[in-house]
Amino acid sequence: MTEFVRGLRLWFAPQRVREEGETPDYRFSLANERTFLAWIRTALALIGGGFAVDQFLPGLAWGVRAGMALGLLAAGVLCALRAVNHWVRCERAMRRGEDLPVTRFPTVLSVVVAVVAVVMVVVVLFGWEGGS
Amino acid sequence: MTGPAAAVRERDPGLQPERTRLAWRRTTLACTVVAVLAAKQAVHDEIGPAGLIAAALCLLVWLGFLRVAHHRIRTLGSAPRPAPMPARAALTATLCTIALAAFAVAIVV
Repeated sequence: MTEFVRGLRLWFAPQRVREEGETPDYRFSLANERTFLAWIRTALALIGGGFAVDQFLPGLAWGVRAGMALGLLAAGVLCALRAVNHWVRCERAMRRGEDLPVTRFPTVLSVVVAVVAVVMVVVVLFGWEGGS
Repeated sequence: MTGPAAAVRERDPGLQPERTRLAWRRTTLACTVVAVLAAKQAVHDEIGPAGLIAAALCLLVWLGFLRVAHHRIRTLGSAPRPAPMPARAALTATLCTIALAAFAVAIVV
């Protein structure tokens, strides 16, 4: 938790990242930047999914639709926050010559996506036929 | 005659700046799609003052992202060894993403 708070402080005082350690090979920094951008795209895709659920599924009950949309949007926000946090931590680790931070986030996200996909398959196979 | 040869030698064989530039372009495209969805949703229900203000806010967020991406793409193209991304750029990109999400929440609820 304290590590997270320290990372949070780095977000808003970016020059402090530069003060530590040595500047790594520019290619490593650019790779880290691309990883950050890939996570931002993932976040944008989840947010776009939230918009799409709200916009293109008018047949669903309001509660189901809002729940799905809010879930996707929350996942998107989490992804975006995690993207910048991970970028700062990687940048700092590279400057200090430490190992890159390990994280369970990709596993959690893929498990959540897989579970949601399975639930959707079940809903499509049984739910709609039973409902209508 | 030595000009192009020197340029080739300076070029990074991994094309890192180019790849990073393209990553920024892809991300800008994704942001554009989400912003268009948001603006469409805002004007969809009723074209009143509230909808127009919401659409204008979407445009503002999108322009903010575009500005960051444009700056970064120019920096990446200007030097053979570009400086690392400023943390401010990362923060702005994240904030634009979260703003779009907050906007979606405001529409859904």
